[in-house]
Amino acid sequence: MFDDFFIRALVAGIGVAFVTGPLGCFVIWRRLSYFGDTLAHSALLGVTLAFTMEFNIAISVFIISSMIALILIQLQKKTNLPGDALLGLLAHSSLAVGLVVIGFLTFIRFDIMGLLFGDILAVSVDDLLIIWIGGALILLVLKLIWKPLFASTVNYELAEAEGLNPDRAKAIFTILMAAIIAISIKMVGLLLITGMLIIPAAMARNLSSSPQSMVIYSIIGGLLSVIIGLFTSLEFNTSSGPSIITAALLLFILSLFKIKQSIKLKN
Amino acid sequence: MSTDQNILVKLNDAGLQLNNKWLVKGVSLQVEKGKIVTLIGPNGSGKSTTAKIALGIYKKIDGSVEKYTNRVGYVPQKISIDWTLPLRVNDFMMLTESLNKETIDEALSLTGVIHLKDKNLGDLSGGEFQRVLLARAISKKPDLLVLDEPVQGVDFTGEIALYELIKKISDELSCGILLISHDLHTVMSATDHVVCLNGHVCCSGSPIDVAKNNEYKALFGEQASQILSRYEHKHDHIHTDEGEIKKN
Repeated sequence: MFDDFFIRALVAGIGVAFVTGPLGCFVIWRRLSYFGDTLAHSALLGVTLAFTMEFNIAISVFIISSMIALILIQLQKKTNLPGDALLGLLAHSSLAVGLVVIGFLTFIRFDIMGLLFGDILAVSVDDLLIIWIGGALILLVLKLIWKPLFASTVNYELAEAEGLNPDRAKAIFTILMAAIIAISIKMVGLLLITGMLIIPAAMARNLSSSPQSMVIYSIIGGLLSVIIGLFTSLEFNTSSGPSIITAALLLFILSLFKIKQSIKLKN
Repeated sequence: MSTDQNILVKLNDAGLQLNNKWLVKGVSLQVEKGKIVTLIGPNGSGKSTTAKIALGIYKKIDGSVEKYTNRVGYVPQKISIDWTLPLRVNDFMMLTESLNKETIDEALSLTGVIHLKDKNLGDLSGGEFQRVLLARAISKKPDLLVLDEPVQGVDFTGEIALYELIKKISDELSCGILLISHDLHTVMSATDHVVCLNGHVCCSGSPIDVAKNNEYKALFGEQASQILSRYEHKHDHIHTDEGEIKKN
């Protein structure tokens, strides 16, 4: 039989995949890959905060990531810098500040590699609860804002004109992004979270013809990536994050053959 | 019912300024149930902006908008849909409201694109997409329809049929329609009220009033004025190519 820690990691990873699937689709549709990256980089600050205040990691990461998202929105309004420059500015400066703060915290033994790339050994029962309860909440909220969020993703003005309040949906979605990063940081690590959001969804795009089917394929892709990745991680003693993302990449490459076929059929 | 209860949307001296430039200024108009109000004017005269003000898309406007309904169908002039989205016509029909199959089929049949229901939105031609946009806007049986050049890119026979459909919808659903069009010929026969824009309201009234208006003539030329008035007379005579008038 498998060790307890491995079962915990598997249960945690499956929980994460259920949430990253649908959110990842929106990340692709709304072109938010770098936004996700920025929030994830800022998560390191959240982690250091958690250690200094002896606070739960997921909650403090959620708070810091939400704050960074708010700062970004303010900067977008008040400066003339392009969006990608602001994202880069926030991503790298928050990562740098996080690393500098860690340097000062000499009294705590940090597993930096685990933070950056995920560590399946680190998943505790508390983490499982946070992932499954938090994940269920994220999915519930996403379901509630699905219509306005999706409509405004297709066309903002249509959604606004027909009374769907897209701005509110967008703000809520930003919070959901911060939340998913917070609950998946231990599994995938902060450098690779965006990969977990994007790659299964990108694979799903190759296979699907409607938004609903893309969400379903994206969840399946995420689940397979987690399961394959974690077994690889166990077998070859590799970090869990890179193993999961590599598995996702392989699935994406396989999905490319499907596109080739459908293009051939069209011609 | 008093007239006031028939008002769906009302603009009071409304205008929009962006980067210190007025896009449109001092527009007052109202759309009532069962009536078609048409905005005409040259490019850049603020027609689409006025429509968006009426829809409440712009928040920081001058003047005020009173909107008395939330059941709105909108066909925008330009729509850029991102093809990273896998979206079929059927999914698009339910974008802002969940509809049953019969309602969707009926609307798509009315605009003549029922055969495209399972096609990907990205695979449609410009005219086909325009018909889908119109079908989506009418399918939810709105109180207010805002149509910004709804037949652009539609073939000639289709154009006439769609304008007839718009007129029919206005009568049957007794919904109010705010229409933007460049095509004076086709529109004028159905319009109740014309607002001629050129950054401001240059003139407004029934098609025949507007046609006689000197500002309108200055803006569009004598020929356009004749087009408008010709439609007022079309029931008792026709114009030959040589410009003669023949009684029916």
